[in-house]
Amino acid sequence: MSTLVKLTWVETKLFVREPLAVIFSFAFPIFVLFILSGVFGTELDRGDEEEVRIWRGVTPNNYYLPAYVGLTMAAIGLITLPLRLASYREEGVLRRFRAAGVPVASIIGSQALVALGMAVIGSIAMVVVARIGYGTELPQLWPETIAAFALSALMFAAIGVFLGSLLPTARTAQGAGLIAFFVMMFISGAGPPRETLTGAMQTLSEVLPLTHVVILLQDAWLGFGWDLPAMLVVVATGVVATAASVRFFRWE
Amino acid sequence: MATAPHWFIAATIPAGRFSAVPGTNDTHALRVSHLSKRYGGVVAVRDASFEVEPGEIFGIIGPNGSGKTTTVECLQGLRDPDQGELSVLGLDPRTQGSALRNRIGSQLQESALPDRIRVWEALDLFGALSPRSRSWASLARDWDIYEKRNSAFASLSGGQRQRLFIALALVNDPELVFLDEMTTGLDPAARRLAWDLVRAVRERGTTVVLVTHFMDEAEALCDRIAVFRQGDVVAVDTPAGLIERVAAGSTVTFTAADSDLPWLAEVPGVDEVSREGTRFAVAGSGPLLAHVASALVARGIAPLDLDTRRATLEDAFMELSGGDDAA
Repeated sequence: MSTLVKLTWVETKLFVREPLAVIFSFAFPIFVLFILSGVFGTELDRGDEEEVRIWRGVTPNNYYLPAYVGLTMAAIGLITLPLRLASYREEGVLRRFRAAGVPVASIIGSQALVALGMAVIGSIAMVVVARIGYGTELPQLWPETIAAFALSALMFAAIGVFLGSLLPTARTAQGAGLIAFFVMMFISGAGPPRETLTGAMQTLSEVLPLTHVVILLQDAWLGFGWDLPAMLVVVATGVVATAASVRFFRWE
Repeated sequence: MATAPHWFIAATIPAGRFSAVPGTNDTHALRVSHLSKRYGGVVAVRDASFEVEPGEIFGIIGPNGSGKTTTVECLQGLRDPDQGELSVLGLDPRTQGSALRNRIGSQLQESALPDRIRVWEALDLFGALSPRSRSWASLARDWDIYEKRNSAFASLSGGQRQRLFIALALVNDPELVFLDEMTTGLDPAARRLAWDLVRAVRERGTTVVLVTHFMDEAEALCDRIAVFRQGDVVAVDTPAGLIERVAAGSTVTFTAADSDLPWLAEVPGVDEVSREGTRFAVAGSGPLLAHVASALVARGIAPLDLDTRRATLEDAFMELSGGDDAA
């Protein structure tokens, strides 16, 4: 246990010392959210049925905030975490850890905990910016929002560990992670609203985990309730990713 | 740190630290019997057997690709052997790897730390893995990296990294430590410092397994040495024993103006006299230099370049490992 705590603390410090990781995980989603909220605005024409449908009955800035909380987790889980694990393997850090007897559960656990912690901090920073900048609402349903947040963050941490276990080098991890991230960003509800996507795009977005994370978070945040199907997809994805990480984890 | 003479260290190994492993008669610190390992179709190690006694500094030498690193990786449970029995501190590295890793130290080739981790953080982290760890500060002072304690790993020089790795291998006060090419990348002064520290580590009762490319290092440090050649262990002996196998005796050389010195063959211990121009080479055994020198001086010849050469471990190594590709 003390190994896990110590390693998590060291990993937290290492994360903070990587300026690019910090920028990508925190600043980038906040920056895009700030732009989108500014462009699409803080008002909704209640008389325009089409517009109400597209924005799920809330103003665009409120629509986007939970989506970008999800995107922060995606940035950590798809880019930061796989890159870190794959570099560790490539450079021989994992080999070094293994020879010293660091348990694999501590390595994976510390990465997941750091990812979770960073998602919390990144999301709080985002809420503060959105609230100050555009007067965006806080969650309507707090317990549901917190549950949705925890499940989603853990799912992306599991995906991150899975990708970091599967992808052999830092280069492949970075490439694959960036592709997955931007595809999800644009068609999972953090780009154009999903209602405006074409049929094929909507179908594709159904199989992307970020879509279900955004639905789960939006429903809780905006007060629509608890979306059970979305939750089941998020939990199932997390379980499968965890099992696959155990199966594919390689020390070198 | 104090540097005691070799004989002193050997005499002060604490008794009892390596009492027989409970339930077995195995008093070896380490035992390899009939180890074989292949990667695909390439044989890395073939039927290797040797034992290491508690408190020894045991060397493993051989050309690149002769199976040294594979052998120590199998011993640490980092690779699974294809065949053979391994016992390290009475444990089987294959099945008891995690129990074993708490009791051994390991300095690996081709390993690294996260770029931005600081020296003290690495020592502190690895120390947290074992309850009986030494304080990181004293270890950092021993290995001369204390003043670098707040530096990031990526900013360290090759020698500093190497010293940090050795310190990390010793942080859990191991009963047995594997040092794989410990002094690669160190400058000559740092190498000598490392040798003294390895002797001091053994003085505290730790068995040392030293994989090395440097024959002077093996000769200076090791009690016994296993010589690897293309996956085979071709010899296990003391450095002196290995030298004895390939070349007993010595050669005395000097320059003399006389074209011929027929009486040299009569000097005690001389086996063979050869001459190239004015340069003589006298091969033989026993206290050859003393006899030859005394005979020369008695005849009024006092060459300035009178010299003697005994076979070194390097000669033995070249002969035993049988290759010019030897490192």
